[in-house]
This record gives sequence, C-alpha cells and structure tokens, in this order.
Amino acid sequence: MNTAIIEVHNLTKRYGNVEALRGVTFEVAEGEVFGLLGPNGAGKTSTIEILEGLRQPTGGIVSVCGMQPLLGGNAYKQLIGGVLQSTSLPEKIRVIEALDLFASFYQKHRSPDDLLKRFGLTEKRTALYSQLSGGQKQRLALAMALVNEPRVLFLDEPTAGLDPQVRREIYTIIEELKREKKTILLTTHYIEEAERLCDRVAIVDAGKLIAQGTPRELKSASAGTTRIELRTAQPSDVSALKSLEGVAECRAFDGFYVVHSHAVPKTIVALVKHLEATNNELAGLEIANPSLEDVFIELTGRRLRD
Amino acid sequence: MNNTIALTMSRMRLVMRNRAFLFFSLIMPMAYLIIAVEVFVRGNAAMVSYVLASVLALTVMGTLWGMSLQLVMFREQGILRRFRLAPVGAGAMLLSSILANYMLTIPTVLIQFIFARWVFHLKDWGNLWGVFVILTLGIAAFGALGLIIASVTNSMQETQLINNAVWFALLFLSGATAPLPIMPGWVQNIALFLPGTYVVMGLERVMISKASVWTLGPHVIALVACGLIAFFLSKQIFRWDPDDKISRKAKLWAVSCLIPFLLVGGYEWKFGNLKHEATVDLQSLERSAMQDHAPQQ
Repeated sequence: MNTAIIEVHNLTKRYGNVEALRGVTFEVAEGEVFGLLGPNGAGKTSTIEILEGLRQPTGGIVSVCGMQPLLGGNAYKQLIGGVLQSTSLPEKIRVIEALDLFASFYQKHRSPDDLLKRFGLTEKRTALYSQLSGGQKQRLALAMALVNEPRVLFLDEPTAGLDPQVRREIYTIIEELKREKKTILLTTHYIEEAERLCDRVAIVDAGKLIAQGTPRELKSASAGTTRIELRTAQPSDVSALKSLEGVAECRAFDGFYVVHSHAVPKTIVALVKHLEATNNELAGLEIANPSLEDVFIELTGRRLRD
Repeated sequence: MNNTIALTMSRMRLVMRNRAFLFFSLIMPMAYLIIAVEVFVRGNAAMVSYVLASVLALTVMGTLWGMSLQLVMFREQGILRRFRLAPVGAGAMLLSSILANYMLTIPTVLIQFIFARWVFHLKDWGNLWGVFVILTLGIAAFGALGLIIASVTNSMQETQLINNAVWFALLFLSGATAPLPIMPGWVQNIALFLPGTYVVMGLERVMISKASVWTLGPHVIALVACGLIAFFLSKQIFRWDPDDKISRKAKLWAVSCLIPFLLVGGYEWKFGNLKHEATVDLQSLERSAMQDHAPQQ
C-alpha cells in the first residue's frame, strides 16, 4: 500500500449516552477509493464528518494529509473537498454563482465553466438551485467538492435517495475520478456501490469496524459458501438436499431452493444423481458468488437494510 | 476579506431575488410613511421630518428581522454546513450579512427621503451627515442584534417568537410609532433603556434640530458598543449545524449586548436630557405649525 493519506486510530465518538463510534481504526492510501459500508446508524457519517473537521471526536487519533482536521483550520480545508449527506444551497442562487462563490474561497481553483461542462450542467448554468432535479443538485454538489482540486475527497452517501439511473450517472463520475487517482473516502449502504467503486471496503456496524479489505478479499474470507439457486420439475425434499455433499445450508422458497455449498462441483454432481434417483428433473440452476451483503449477514447476522 | 466581499455580493443577489424583501423593505415602510403623514402632518409640512425620522428608524430596526430569519433558515436547511466545509470563517459569514443588509437598506432609505421631499414637500433635509451616521450605526447595531437572536434560537418558529416580542417593544415603546413626549412618564423611562429609542431620538435630533453628531455622544456610543458586542458574541457562539444546541451560559452571554443600553439608559435617567430634547423638538414642530396657520386666522 502507498503512504497513508488518511489515518484513523481507535476513533471514538459519543453523543450523550450513545456511543456512535467505538474504536474505529483504518488507513487510506493516496489515490485509493475507500468505502465505509454499513447500515444507517452504523457510524459512517460520524466518521466522515470527523475527518472533514465538522465534528470533534471523543477520543482517538485522526490525521488527513498529515494534519488534524479540527486543528488544521482553513489550511486544511484548502486540501479537502466533500459532498455532505444532504447538501443544501440557497434556493435563489444560480448554478454558476454557487460555483463562482465557492471557487473564490480557495487559493487554487478550477474554472467553474470547465466543471459545469464536465458534470453536464452547462445548460443549467444560469438556472436557480431550486429549479434543479435531485440528480443535477448532486452533480453540482460533486462539482463544488472538486472546485479546489482537493487532495482528498469525502463523499457521504453520494447516491442516497437518487433513482437508479441518476445513481449510475454518479457512479460514472466517481469512476472517472478513480481513474484520475483521486483519493476518495465514501460512505454507502449500497452493496453495488461499494463493490463497483471501492478499491477497499471497511464494513461498519454499531460503531465498530468489523472487517476491511478489497471486496474480493472480504468475500473470499467469508465462510466460503457459494449460493446455488435451483428449480426442479417436481417438489424436492429439503432435508435430502441438505444432506448432499458439500452443502452447508438449504432453504426452500416459493418454487425454488437456495443451497449454500462449500464444494460446488461435488454438490452439483450429487444433486444430479439425487434428482435421477428420485425421478425428478432440473428446471433451472444459477450459481452466484457471495456478495458483500452475504459477508455482512455472516458477520452481523442481519441484512444491510434491516 | 475576499471571502467577506464574495459572500456580501452573493447575499445581496439572493436578497434582491426575494419578493419578501421588496415588500418589507420598500413597500411596507412607504405605506407606513403615507399613512403616518396623513395622520400626523395635517398641513404642517415641518412634521414631515418628524414622521420621516420615525419611518427611517423603523426601517433600521426592521433589519433585525431579515438578519435573524435568514441566518436561522440557512442553518435549519443545512446551508451553513456546506459553507463550513470551505475555508470560510464565522466572521466572514456574519460580517457579509451585515454589509449586504447595509448596502440594500441605504438605497431604500434614499428612496424614502426622495419620496418625502417630492410628494410630501419635506421642508428641510436636516443634518444629512448626522442622518448618515445614525443610519449606519443603527443598521449595524440592529443587524448585529438580529445575528444574536439567530445565535440563541434553534428554529424559525422560535426566532419569530423572539423577534415579535422585541419588535413590539421597539415599535410601541421607543417613540417610533407615537411621539415619546406624549407617552406616560413610566413608558418614557422604559424607552431610555431600549436600543430603538437611540435611533429614533438620534434621527429626530439630526433631522429636526440639525444637531451635530458630536452632541449625540450617548446615542453613538451605545449603538457602536451594542453593535460590536453583539457581533463579537454572535461570532463566538455561531453554530453551523442545526444539531448543535446552544448552552444556557451562551444565552446569558448573548443578553450582555444590551449592557451598553442599560448603562446609557441609566445615565440618561439620572443625568441626561434626552426626554427634554424630545419634548423641545416636538414643541418646535407644533410652534412651526401654529406659525403656518397664524395668518389664516
């Protein structure tokens, strides 16, 4: 791993009696896209807001670009960019005015018109903020976050609440930034987002970081079961399917069965033999690799959206 | 300073796009001017100065509404949080509010002056330099008071509640809507401790008696001190985030911006002649009215 540009060690945050963060530790290398994946209330936003210098940690050590966010003042803010969970601007401000205004705050800044072009907002140059759609507002928020060419970009749930098409547009933009080797820390509760965009992912739950690594590492470090979804011509016996070679778990659903296997080829051979022996036929078969959602369920016993 | 200038320009553009601003800053004071002239002037052209001084004072005092509501709205909507991510300090945010408010209030005041001159035949401009000084200090002080109110309230509803309480006290007890000399003695004594009184009386002194700014020492000192204390305190207790709640201690500190008026009020009550001057000004206008009507009798 390259030199760490973000260092978080044993970070804690308490709001009254609520412990939002309970000793979170991770590092992000320069040029890396690092994701904090977890359900709502896991502590993702608290972590990112502490790193942005918006909140004071209760304990622990935090360093970004060699500076402590809260003590770095304006010199620190010159180095970072961010999209908050819900960015809001005055309703009557025009798109170009917002970019011009924020550009004026920084010693080094990009041309607002170039940013408008890059984020597909040129046509909305003189539109009022209140006239923008949700996706356009989020693209403007991203443009504003990049106006100072930040060394580190913080994106707090950048696609939350957006429709799938707009979400994909935002993914494309973040992928472009990834190709440019921009250091990005993003939080999300979308599995697809974490798998698609992040070089490394940390899974956060109840204020604790419970696993971290590349999406591939996380998935392979899980129990190693592969999901086999199958349909049979006639109903099958679940207990019989459970007893097949390599099968760890089997559940029956409406018209299909989900089998978790440690040894997929052996399970499939055993399955075919079992169906022949019971005069049954295979109507459909789908083999899926474990997703980060499966990893999350395995680690916490809950689904991400629970 | 660049941030303050950029924010000031942005604030001015935003306010000018707001129809409520046009109504409250231009249309409402003009409507009040027309009604007040009809009620109080009654053929005595000299009284136009008196009425205009009241309308100008109301315009100045009204700035506290816009300043407090806008800041609270920006905080409630999460707009301030986005600014906090940028290298912008609380001082620049607050100072830009006051400057933008000042730059937009001065033209409305000019329009009121010109309107009073052309339509109601304002006899005398008064001491224009004095008017400028009192208006400037008044707008700054009331702007800063608006910021203090925004700093200690957590929602628009709470802000409106406090604004209304302050506004009604200013409206009826500071001589802005009814001449102070005609009020009962105890009301006059209360008025001595209100910031609005020093704007109303200051404007009356410079517009009617053409008093020099130097003779308005207590008025000027109280307005400057209040403006500075309120600005400093609102900067100290500034909150960017709607989730940040203000402590009781900070609320108590906020009240301290009224100390200059308590001191000046106490001084005026014991040794000053502000009430006497207000009576003299009003009597001079009444005499002027009698002289105007004398040949006709």
